[in-house]
Amino acid sequence: MDPLLLARWQFGVTTAFHYIFVPLTIGLGLIVAVMQSFHYRTGNDMYDRMARFWGKLFVINFALGVVTGIVQEFQFGMNWSQYSRFVGDIFGIPLAIEALTAFFLESTFLGIWLFGRDKLPKAMHLFSIWMVAIGSTLSAIWILMANSWMQQPVGYTIVDGRARLSDAVALFLNPQLQVEAPHTILAALTTGGFFVLGISAWHLIRHHEREMFLRSAQIALVVVAVASLLTATSGHEQAQHGVQIQPMKLAAMEALWNSEQPASFSLFASIDQKAGTSTRELKLPYLLSVLAYGNTTSEVKGIHQLQAQDVAKYGPGNYIPPVAVVYWTFRAMVGLGVLFILLSLSGLVLWWRGHLERRWFLRLAMLFLFLPYLANFAGWITTEMGRQPWVVQGLLRTSSAVSPNVTGTDVAITFFGFTLLYGILAVVDFYLLYRFARPVTSVRQGEQDAGLGDVFAY
Amino acid sequence: MDINTIWYALIAVLFIGYFFLEGFDFGVGILLPFVARDDTDRRIVINTVGPFWDANEVWLITAGGAMFAAFPNWYATLFSGFYLPLFLILVALILRAVGFEFRGKLDGAGWRRTADTAIVLGSALPAFLWGVALTNLVRGVPIGPDMVFQGNLLTLLNPFSLLGGVVSLSVFALHGALFLNLRADESIAERSRRLALRLWWPAAAVLVVFFVFTYSQTDLFSRSGLVPGTLPVLAMIMFVASTVLARLRWNAWAFVTTGLTIVLATVVAFQGLYPRVMPSSLGRAYDLTIYNASSSPLTLHVMLVVAIVFVPIVLLYQGYSYWVFRRRVTRRSIPGS
Repeated sequence: MDPLLLARWQFGVTTAFHYIFVPLTIGLGLIVAVMQSFHYRTGNDMYDRMARFWGKLFVINFALGVVTGIVQEFQFGMNWSQYSRFVGDIFGIPLAIEALTAFFLESTFLGIWLFGRDKLPKAMHLFSIWMVAIGSTLSAIWILMANSWMQQPVGYTIVDGRARLSDAVALFLNPQLQVEAPHTILAALTTGGFFVLGISAWHLIRHHEREMFLRSAQIALVVVAVASLLTATSGHEQAQHGVQIQPMKLAAMEALWNSEQPASFSLFASIDQKAGTSTRELKLPYLLSVLAYGNTTSEVKGIHQLQAQDVAKYGPGNYIPPVAVVYWTFRAMVGLGVLFILLSLSGLVLWWRGHLERRWFLRLAMLFLFLPYLANFAGWITTEMGRQPWVVQGLLRTSSAVSPNVTGTDVAITFFGFTLLYGILAVVDFYLLYRFARPVTSVRQGEQDAGLGDVFAY
Repeated sequence: MDINTIWYALIAVLFIGYFFLEGFDFGVGILLPFVARDDTDRRIVINTVGPFWDANEVWLITAGGAMFAAFPNWYATLFSGFYLPLFLILVALILRAVGFEFRGKLDGAGWRRTADTAIVLGSALPAFLWGVALTNLVRGVPIGPDMVFQGNLLTLLNPFSLLGGVVSLSVFALHGALFLNLRADESIAERSRRLALRLWWPAAAVLVVFFVFTYSQTDLFSRSGLVPGTLPVLAMIMFVASTVLARLRWNAWAFVTTGLTIVLATVVAFQGLYPRVMPSSLGRAYDLTIYNASSSPLTLHVMLVVAIVFVPIVLLYQGYSYWVFRRRVTRRSIPGS
């Protein structure tokens, strides 16, 4: 079996699985910290029960995020040693800083938070959950700095065929990071918010702990309303930036085979990658120029023209990413994003009118629990597939990045091993989340909580 | 001292911290079935490392990240070369973490047995494999042109390295037993102490054989002649002291001495390697050193500033967490027992 293909699949599968847990850790961590702060300020026991209820789900989710994260760090060296040699001078910096400043913070303080409820002053206990939340957000920024450099390499020179850091400040302030980090972190908050909203809705439908879950739903609504709107605007900025630095990715996102001036936005297209054309297209005139440049006159470059440009620049080769995948995942992400804004705004209106517990809204909210995950996946697939054939834009091809000594059998063993293990973990994790989230169990759990401090202990 | 040496030392420190800290939580995991008699016992044992194991593991992640940043060629050759052992370590660490985190979340006896198995295997396997890996590192592996590893799994599974795995497994088990002696409920603590005393003899036997092997198989002591030097002798003294102190019930000191055994042994390995990071068995020309494997001076300097600022902060709050949880985990503190 082809080690390159398997290594790519392995990266895709393990990263997607890891990314089930990461956004919820970031989003839910912050929400739990806010809830516990409410308890600290008001002394109202409802907020204490609330923070514990959501805290348990946070912990179940956090555990898998951590262990799948170690695989991510090791995988660069194991499957992509040529990549590691090429980028280590730069890419290694945010990775090491992430471990030192973020992983230690969240892991140490999670231990303190879980086991320290009875041993610590209240303020210290609250401080520890904030450190967990801040740690996971920080870790996102560092790893996105590493990813941003793959999209837009900055502050480097090429010496002996390897990228070498020439400007550390440029790395830390990478323009791509400035659009990518807000978009990703806001999407994580949206994920966490819809998670809380969806499970709260489930409880409200069953009339269970109405006060606590109504308040949880309200907190979540504020989060999703703000975060989903800002996710959209930051995504727009990211696309406008992308047109400058990765025009091929943007053209693929739009399946724009030939340059247009002004460019129209495609709503639907049946894409033929081999022929290099699309059929049955539905287009809105001017809109792509508006989205990409903010005016109705600019030219947006097409795939064929960019391919010719790249051949002139990098030599013969195929520089076109898989257009249909990029086109449709991008549309899935944007479409879902629009739905998130609509649902959260209608939730706000209902709340304002005192009708938040409308059945249709609660049922929809339950469904929406799952949708941000799809949007997250879609967004990352757009970003990463859209960069192909490059692993580092314009500098290193994915095909040159793989470990030369690792055989197809080796990668097959680890790929099927991880996939099998992750499959089992997924089942266990979803079952546990279901058990701890559902209305019935949480009643018993809630009663147990009442008398005992160390419920979080193992 | 040049900046490459400083970074080599920093990475050594990270691995030393990792082996010292995760060493005892591996040990606790390995000994779980031997020191616990009922489910409450098992929960006590697990809770002794409950607040710590995750942050202990971050030492490994940081060591990996620091290697990537400071010595990308070392990271690339080592991780792609030690491919399947690292895969097994990853699988084991995942199983262990899931065992810890999810064990208490459901009630069934079958569930808990499965989680216990995951914890025991997930602790024993990496404890063994880290010894195998480190021994191979010191012994030298076939690295050819372009710093590419040319061996396979069987290259790594040589008798000497497997023995190194048995050494790390037994020393971590001992370290864990002495940790339980400090932090578990009195009855478990006493059982662990006795177990440590019994474990010490086979561990000592393996260590002696390993020591002799090291003379014949590596150049670790070649520079020091027949007398291996101060540090290895100190490591041996600490190892002997641990059993004496455990017998005298100087419990904290006993734990410190197994810890120092681990620290000193790791220092010996890193000192013996220096200035190489991965000697090649195919000839000195192919050795990876702290110079040909390193990042640019700019990267090393940037990272040094980061390390100087953040390492003390990390040590401070991690120390705080150990201080918060300094008391024994008693039977009474386990809910529902």
